[in-house]
Amino acid sequence: MQQLWLIPILPLLGFLLNGIFGKRLAKPVINVIAVGSVLLSFLWVVKTLNALGAFSGGLEQTYKEHYYTWIQSGALNISVDFAIDRLTAVMLMVVTGVGSLIHIYATGYMSHEGGYYRFFAYLNLFMFFMLTLVLGANFLLLFVGWEGVGLCSYLLIGFYFLEKFATDAGNKAFIVNRIGDFGFALAIFLVGFHFNTLDFTTVMTQVKGMPIETSAGLFTGISLLLLVGATGKSAQIPLYVWLPDAMAGPTPVSALIHAATMVTAGVYMIARTSQIYLHSTWALDIVAIVGLTTAFVAATIGLAQNDIKKVFAYSTVSQLGYMFVGLGVGAFSAGIFHLMTHAFFKALLFLGAGSVIHACSGEQDMRHMGGLRKYTPITMVTLLCASLAIAGFPYLSGAASKDLILEAAYEHAPWMYWVGVFTAGMTAFYVFRAFFLTFFGEYKGKPAASHGHGHDDHGHGHGEPHESPAVMWIPLAILAVLSLGGGFINIPHFLEPIFPLQEGEPARWLEYVATAAGLGGIALAYLFYVVSPGLPESIANTFKGVHTLIYNKYFVDEFYDSTVVEPVVGGSRQLLWRVGDVRLIDGLANGIGSTARGVGGILRRAQSGYIRSYAAWVIAGAVLAIAYIGFWGASR
Amino acid sequence: MTLLDIVLFLPLVGFLLLLILPKESSRMAAMVLSSVIFVVSLGLLMPYWFQYPSGHTFSTDVQWISYPPIRYHVALDGLSLWLVLLSTLLTPIAALVSWNYIDKRVKEYYAFLLLLEFGVIGVFISMDLFLFYVFWEVSLVPMYFLIGIWGHERRIYAAVKFFLFTMAGSVLMLGAIIFLYNRTGTFDYGQIQGMIQTGSLVFDQRTELVLFLAFFIAFAIKVPIFPLHTWLPDAHVEAPTAGSLMLASVMLKMGTYGLLRFCVTLFPDAAHRCAPWIAGLAIIGIIYGALVALVQPNMKKLVAYSSVSHLGFVVLGIFTFTQQGLDGAVYQMLNHGISTGALFILVGYLYERRHSLEISAYGGVATPAPNLAIIFLITTLASIGLPTLNNFIGEYLVLQGTASANFGWAVFASLGVIFSACYMLWLYQRTFFGRASESLSHHMPDLTTREWAAILPLVLLMVWMGSFAQTFLPSISVQNAAILEQTKKLRTERVAIPARPVAEVSRANR
Repeated sequence: MQQLWLIPILPLLGFLLNGIFGKRLAKPVINVIAVGSVLLSFLWVVKTLNALGAFSGGLEQTYKEHYYTWIQSGALNISVDFAIDRLTAVMLMVVTGVGSLIHIYATGYMSHEGGYYRFFAYLNLFMFFMLTLVLGANFLLLFVGWEGVGLCSYLLIGFYFLEKFATDAGNKAFIVNRIGDFGFALAIFLVGFHFNTLDFTTVMTQVKGMPIETSAGLFTGISLLLLVGATGKSAQIPLYVWLPDAMAGPTPVSALIHAATMVTAGVYMIARTSQIYLHSTWALDIVAIVGLTTAFVAATIGLAQNDIKKVFAYSTVSQLGYMFVGLGVGAFSAGIFHLMTHAFFKALLFLGAGSVIHACSGEQDMRHMGGLRKYTPITMVTLLCASLAIAGFPYLSGAASKDLILEAAYEHAPWMYWVGVFTAGMTAFYVFRAFFLTFFGEYKGKPAASHGHGHDDHGHGHGEPHESPAVMWIPLAILAVLSLGGGFINIPHFLEPIFPLQEGEPARWLEYVATAAGLGGIALAYLFYVVSPGLPESIANTFKGVHTLIYNKYFVDEFYDSTVVEPVVGGSRQLLWRVGDVRLIDGLANGIGSTARGVGGILRRAQSGYIRSYAAWVIAGAVLAIAYIGFWGASR
Repeated sequence: MTLLDIVLFLPLVGFLLLLILPKESSRMAAMVLSSVIFVVSLGLLMPYWFQYPSGHTFSTDVQWISYPPIRYHVALDGLSLWLVLLSTLLTPIAALVSWNYIDKRVKEYYAFLLLLEFGVIGVFISMDLFLFYVFWEVSLVPMYFLIGIWGHERRIYAAVKFFLFTMAGSVLMLGAIIFLYNRTGTFDYGQIQGMIQTGSLVFDQRTELVLFLAFFIAFAIKVPIFPLHTWLPDAHVEAPTAGSLMLASVMLKMGTYGLLRFCVTLFPDAAHRCAPWIAGLAIIGIIYGALVALVQPNMKKLVAYSSVSHLGFVVLGIFTFTQQGLDGAVYQMLNHGISTGALFILVGYLYERRHSLEISAYGGVATPAPNLAIIFLITTLASIGLPTLNNFIGEYLVLQGTASANFGWAVFASLGVIFSACYMLWLYQRTFFGRASESLSHHMPDLTTREWAAILPLVLLMVWMGSFAQTFLPSISVQNAAILEQTKKLRTERVAIPARPVAEVSRANR
């Protein structure tokens, strides 16, 4: 026994300690509990993986531990089992590693905030559920983590619960995810019904032995329903709308939950159930198309956003789209590889953005930043590393994984490659747009006025922008190193026992074109925002219609509001409640009711005392009944 | 005299005792008595602790009335065990939440509470149909008065409505019981069941359907199943906190219990034939209840409509005739008792502070009362079926069972899970989030020790039932397997044409 349960239980303990006693604890104690529990969990992951030989070519088979039976009903037995294979190993390292760094960073970032203990309790609870999600050895346990991380996301988005926009965003995240979970749950029911077990190993072994579907059937059904769940959690079209709003939460939350870990759960889930997808003719194609569309659409929206966190939020949606493309074209290991590198550079982008927001006393609008390279050099350098990585600069982590996805896409369908490359160009452009707007030019903020009115509510009115303390920039530096060098961790090779690599070398030019697109995007951003800053506005004016469309995110929120939310609420209120329930059903009952009132009145008058009246009721009833029986019984 | 008899009659003794004792001590006496009853009732777990007997335990069968032969026959099995424990657990909690809330006719109030406990325990353990009917009526009366005397403004209207709805149903049931007696010469459930099982009692299809419907309507009103639900919101809104608690948590279970205990096992053929219709009503109830809950401006009405939705899952589970469906249904009965009961308690806490049930009167409660906010949140999450909390297990099992019976049903029923998140989270946001007004902050102290004591056991149970379902499930499962076996056996014996099961299989495969 490797005591895998310790990995999630440690953060759970942190949650309980801080959640119950946190109000009475000093900040350093809260820090020790919160950061310590996650660090210990990270160390336990390293220790376990080492013992299982993951770092030395071992762990080719799934290692599983059984704890107790959770639900037993008829033939269906669902246990609390944790399992580790190489896929889980990657996820565990990413979740606990990046998670530890973000916890450390947050102790600095949140130091001036109210509800400090509450924040760390939620963050630890999130780690517990996320680790349950990746360790769970069956569908239902994965679902536990899945819903649990959704809960923590809800709590942390709505962390500033005095503000309506924050709690609205929290509700939206939870409910949109619930729509996804609806699909996920139905998939689980199908699996449970057809395989009589929810255990991953058992189900996948059985699936392996079954023929590939030639037309839409069970596997297509399960895969598409799982995909519905994945589009919710991983913010893909059509359920991506919650993620940009989720930026209402504190920035470390955006980094950990809404960029590095939780939103990748959908990618993990599809990789985990890849056997089912491989047995369906359509499902994988649909995954790829959903991913590609999302990557493209989100990138276009990212071009025109002014809130620094919104830019990175749409970038996250777009990058998750790439991962889905990877999965959809059958390059599962490339998708997971990109999941990991993305965790590094996107966490860094958000934490860097947090550092910038911190420096500007809560300001999030990039139009009020600028020239920060003078004030926050460390942040600038680390953000540059992340930006280069996401833009696909050669040899950096993002390029390594993205190129693998694009090459696999080309193998699958060349047009997918070209859309991907174009999107990569846009990605480089909008990320460097943000970079240049923030760090170049002149500082445009109003020091005295910007008194913590940012969305993050994170201000303490220091005036001059200032560099962040060491607890914040050291995690940034570590993530910068990982963003630069993460591409040399050969995840596809590591995952080979699970996802066999395709034979043959892809053509070199595919890589060159993709790199050129990235560099072109950077150059264009440099031209637009450093060389001639007037240019973007004039272009925006020329293409006013398009600009309005993407600036307003294609009006998707408004569309959903008017086609789904308002009809449901309005219909329920007017039709179901006021007409259906009150007038129709209750109207009928009230006809009886008004008669009843009269009868009740008479009955009440007939008896003088309540208890006696009750007794009389019973006796009268019994006498009547017995008389009736006596009569019927005699006539039998 | 078995322990079960003691547990049954202690509340009656308590009721009589309270009538004798002076008014000043009745609050304390009720608290002590109901707590003692709960502790004693824990002894009922003994036979179920290390093994899961499928038959009856603590059986007592003595003659009550010689002619017609009505017997005092009570017994416990895996189905009734947990419902009895739920009743004995919630009675002291109901007494505790009434502590300050009830200031008039205190003595009668607590006396009725104990009488109610007597009635509901009797319902869950009666093995004689007539005895069952007597307890069914006995439980009705104290609730009528709890609403009618200690309720809010429109209490008389609500009480009468409650009474008449239930009475209308129970008259039908009484008729059916008497019809059964005329055919068999006995009221004993076990004997009648045995006759049906052995084939010595056979109904033609129409008679069976009529009998089934007579029982079904009585129980359907009690559950309540759409469209017989409109008495429930009124009753809840007008009832005092403890009344709502006992009504939602225990009394509604009398309906679902009856469906499973009597409707399904006495008339399996009719039950199977009506199953698609009933499942349809259950699904409508799930979605309809949730949608109407979404737009309620009144907290208690919202929770009441959510009950309609939640109990739809129970009914749906029963009429899937699958092991998972039945297990989930029974588990969901307990879950609903715990989590909806807790919701009513918490709404009661809010009411005691602000004297309003309108959601718009609140907002920002989390700031002055953080502990109340946390407990309310956990209860909300339990209610919307978050994994690791209790409702998830029940809903999962029900839906899993439904999916094996008919996947289309499962699709529609699962929609209810989305809507439940909508109405509960929206309620939570409007009540607890935002900035608290000055007047609200002044009248919103956090939980008192007494309030903690009442709610904490329920919260712990939510976590326990969600994380360690096997504490409860095996004994339930064994009983449901027996019920399922009975109905299956009867069906295969009785249904001459085998076309139907084949059609079902093919539909399930589709």
